Amino acid sequence: MLYALLCYNNEAEVFAWDQDQDAAVMARLEAVQQKLDAAGKLGPSLRLLPTTAATTLRKDQDLVIDGPYAETKEQLLGFYLLDIDGLEEGLAIARELAAANPGGAYEIRPIGYFRAGKALG
Amino acid sequence: MTDLAWIDAALTGARPQAVGALLRYFRDLDTAEEAFQDACLRALKAWPLNGPPRDPAAWLIMVGRNAGIDGARRRAKQTVLPDETVLSDTEDAETPLAERLDGADYRDDVLRLMFICCHPDLPATQQVALALRIVSGLSVKQIARAFLVGESAMEQRITRAKTRIARAGVPFETPGPAERAERVAAVAAMIYLVFNEGYSAGGRQDDRGRLADEAIRLSRLLLRLYQTEPEIMGLTALLLLQHARAAARFDAEGEIVLLDDQDRSLWDRRLINEGLALVDKAMRHRRPGPYQIQAAIAALHARAARAADTDWAGIAALYAALERQTPSPVITLNRAVAVSRTEGPQAALDLIAPLEARLAGYFHFYGVRGALLLDLGREAEARVAFNQAIALANTPAEAAHIRRHLDQLTLSGEAH
Repeated sequence: MLYALLCYNNEAEVFAWDQDQDAAVMARLEAVQQKLDAAGKLGPSLRLLPTTAATTLRKDQDLVIDGPYAETKEQLLGFYLLDIDGLEEGLAIARELAAANPGGAYEIRPIGYFRAGKALG
Repeated sequence: MTDLAWIDAALTGARPQAVGALLRYFRDLDTAEEAFQDACLRALKAWPLNGPPRDPAAWLIMVGRNAGIDGARRRAKQTVLPDETVLSDTEDAETPLAERLDGADYRDDVLRLMFICCHPDLPATQQVALALRIVSGLSVKQIARAFLVGESAMEQRITRAKTRIARAGVPFETPGPAERAERVAAVAAMIYLVFNEGYSAGGRQDDRGRLADEAIRLSRLLLRLYQTEPEIMGLTALLLLQHARAAARFDAEGEIVLLDDQDRSLWDRRLINEGLALVDKAMRHRRPGPYQIQAAIAALHARAARAADTDWAGIAALYAALERQTPSPVITLNRAVAVSRTEGPQAALDLIAPLEARLAGYFHFYGVRGALLLDLGREAEARVAFNQAIALANTPAEAAHIRRHLDQLTLSGEAH
């Protein structure tokens, strides 16, 4: 069965890590990920860039908002991984998807680190 | 990571918000700082035992406020308040405070804290030192090392800056839209100063080199407060895109490596991606400003996989736009470099000819002129320009870079 594991933390704190602290966390995570990878249990994993790099499209009003999706009345129901040129293309794709499934919002956020993983390859 | 390292990161992350709120409460920078220090000491004791609080900033503000009041009462020889370990991380104690902090107060607190560091009465070096001390929370020792001065000299510099600010008065009233825009612009300029201190240090991973990272952190913080400001997106993007090249800007001997010759595999893709995303976001607003245009220029360099792929025509057009917004001979000089790539060295030389009177003391002017003359085969004139550049060099690396041109000239001269 496929599961997604969603990561939450305090952004101001995580971006206050210096390079050594950050590298130490990544190294410890990598050790766990290699074990999971060897067992064929790990698909793609990634680290998003900060919320300041995010743009949100409110689908019903076709409203583009700078920043992350900040409402609390809707829940995270899914996500896409896109390989595209930049924000304009991302917004065009989001609008096409919105036409097929109106309601709610898409947050478009660049990815800082991507690890493909062996499972689901 | 150890307990201490986690707590340290939490304290650093919460600092601007907590000191900003304490400053609003106590209306005095020293009291606010002392209260925050007190709260940090208590956090070091309480957090390893009770675990980190749900909202570290709210915890620090509440404990800091009590500590500040406690201190004032002790000084007035009155009763001491109960110990902070009695304070719990419960909903009813924190929720109202946390809610208030989510709103406009929080933004204005942090902006005010950053803004007092760039008071117009303060010279640039004091602004940078004060921001690093107050907003970033670097120790006086770290700041002194970053500026290559003694600790006591730096202590004095910071104390002088604080005295000037206290005399000038900290603006506590909620700013109007025009004032707020002015404050944001002043803070952006201060952050850029912090960055340049680190950038000019090159790729060094010491206290001075780390200033560039700190400037990026401050810029992201400002952008989180003003998510829809295209110029703050531009500023953050500019810092990210410039810093992304840090590892490639100097060779093993510490000599400058020009953009064209840099090993682009050493560029930090993560910083570049973040910078490019912010340039994209800013462009959508169609309200170009100097930071955005400079970021767009850096973005065109970052997008070129090889130096030969660089969109020089695009860069020349962006420099022309920057010139219209903030006319300056240095920008014209930069445009000339781009023009030399699209229209050739003679067109560029014509463009910079009228600048000599204003740039007579500027190293880069003669460096560029020498390179253009060299391209045109006017070697004797190139030699004169390079010698003028060396006389004006600001760092040994700059002088060494020009000397390499001269050495090549000498070699080809001998071959004739």
